[in-house]
Amino acid sequence: MNISGVIFEALESLNANKMRSALTIIGVVIGVGAVIAMLSLGEGVQASISGQISDIGSNLLFVFSGNEDEEVRNVTPLKEADVAALNDPFNAPSVQTAVASIGGRVEASYGGESSSVSMTGTTASYASVRDIELEEGEFLTDDHQLGVASVAVIGPDVADKLFGRRDGVVGETIRLAGQPLRVIGLTEAKGGSATGSEDNVVFVPLASARTRLVSRSIVGEVDTIYVQAVDADSVTAASQEVTELLRSRHRLQPGAADDFTIFSQDSIASMAESITNVLIIFLGGVAGISLLVGGIGIMNIMLVSVTERTREIGLRKALGARKSHILTQFLTESALLSLIGGLLGVLLGWGLSKVVSIIAIQSGTDITPVFTIGTVLLATLFSAAVGIFFGIYPANRAASLEPVEALRHE
Amino acid sequence: MNDIVIEARDLVKSYQMGEIEVHALAGVSFDIQRGELLSIMGPSGAGKSTLMNILGCLDLPTGGDYILDGEHVSDLSQDELADIRNRKVGFVFQSFNLLSRSSALANVTLPMRYAGVSNAERKERATKALQSVGLGDRIYHRPTELSGGQQQRVAIARALVNHPAILMADEPTGNLDSKSGREIMDLLLSLNRDQGVTVIVVTHDPEVSAQTDRIITLKDGVLEKAV
Repeated sequence: MNISGVIFEALESLNANKMRSALTIIGVVIGVGAVIAMLSLGEGVQASISGQISDIGSNLLFVFSGNEDEEVRNVTPLKEADVAALNDPFNAPSVQTAVASIGGRVEASYGGESSSVSMTGTTASYASVRDIELEEGEFLTDDHQLGVASVAVIGPDVADKLFGRRDGVVGETIRLAGQPLRVIGLTEAKGGSATGSEDNVVFVPLASARTRLVSRSIVGEVDTIYVQAVDADSVTAASQEVTELLRSRHRLQPGAADDFTIFSQDSIASMAESITNVLIIFLGGVAGISLLVGGIGIMNIMLVSVTERTREIGLRKALGARKSHILTQFLTESALLSLIGGLLGVLLGWGLSKVVSIIAIQSGTDITPVFTIGTVLLATLFSAAVGIFFGIYPANRAASLEPVEALRHE
Repeated sequence: MNDIVIEARDLVKSYQMGEIEVHALAGVSFDIQRGELLSIMGPSGAGKSTLMNILGCLDLPTGGDYILDGEHVSDLSQDELADIRNRKVGFVFQSFNLLSRSSALANVTLPMRYAGVSNAERKERATKALQSVGLGDRIYHRPTELSGGQQQRVAIARALVNHPAILMADEPTGNLDSKSGREIMDLLLSLNRDQGVTVIVVTHDPEVSAQTDRIITLKDGVLEKAV
């Protein structure tokens, strides 16, 4: 028998039970739709997170004190002198800039308004390393460091909370933990990110932060060193140079564990990716369960159909249908049910994820669903496979009927 | 033509019903010549259906030998039996057994599809077969749009379309009024007389069997008399 004939006949018999076929197909539509929506939204979330990570800056390394993997005694803290050494091209040729920061949460106030903000004490090169653009005014300069100036650059959220506006805030004086600071700049909005708001921040000169805002028991101690590599290819080399330099400066014996930790932007990105991958698999799995339920629906309806058509099967056998003919006929029907469901499900999934994305964007989270041919093919082929898998049992039951018994069936 | 199309040698069919072994057929032997018109008669429970199922290759005997058109059927697999039914046996049932959602033409093409006949030839042969039973103007009608007699004609066209060695008719007039029943019997008679088709009619209606050349009567699984 030719394929088009088999398909035509299967369509004919599905058409004979329109309502039943439609309901069975809906089960698959919902399953495939859910899988498609979850996968495309998951990939959208992944793209959005990796976008945010690349917004942090480019070719970055983050250096912290301490080691989370191995226990290290007598941790030597990171100091401003380390930063100065890293900035020496003779020591670390792959490092473009290293910049120190110390920080913490402090109370900012202006007039009667007050708000808890994330304060960062740092130096002039922070702006270029962390890709900070200014809306108004200027960033911290070397002069501010030398003069231990009482100045601050604030983020847009801080401006909103303290002033209720973003225009003309430069020149105002705010209080940070009681200390008066003159606002010299306002940063551009970066939006929320996985690492907390980048907009609810106040930057102050490192020297001013150290003397007036945070107390560190060790002279010259810093919390984080941001290291920018010369280019993308030299990130690994830079990381090695930082390691060697810090080890020698901290006088670590060969074989001793590092007393500092280096994260690269890539490692954060890949960590985020592995987390979102788990998320995608989880969501896809939950959606897959509904596809499974749809498949069971197909099996159920095919079993009913086989019972109803026992006589027809007996007749076909009497007319010379082999086992394989009957098997093919019923498998084609169940595969068609799920394939039609799969194609409609792709459309539903596409619509569903568009709706979710519109709602997410309106509530401030930028998720653009990602559709790939791969996703669509996967869902369609998977649904056809579900149809065949759940069709095998009923079809085999039909094909194994004894012709005499089947013909006698009322 | 005086060759033998069916050789039944000591056919036995027994079923296990719990502890007891029931012999539906207990040693039946006869020959049927090509081109014969014969009927198998007997009261219900005599083994008529069992014999018909074996002769039509729907079922295998548990003992004895059955040769249909030169082929030993007794030890064939299910798929080989299906092929034999497809090529050598045409069935006409009491309740017509047409596919209700398909046209008369599609019903008649069905056996040829399993035989692997090409699309164009299927249509041509099916049309011809429907014309030969007098339904040339109704080939696209569905069974529900046809009378009982017409439906049985479609079934006969379907049975003949693969040029089988035998035509098995199981109570072909049982579901028809007497006028349509007579027409169907006339059609079977003329197919036998004019085209030399071997026809075996299974019936309990003496009026039907009276029109056949020979009557085989079964009682309790054995031949009562073979004329």
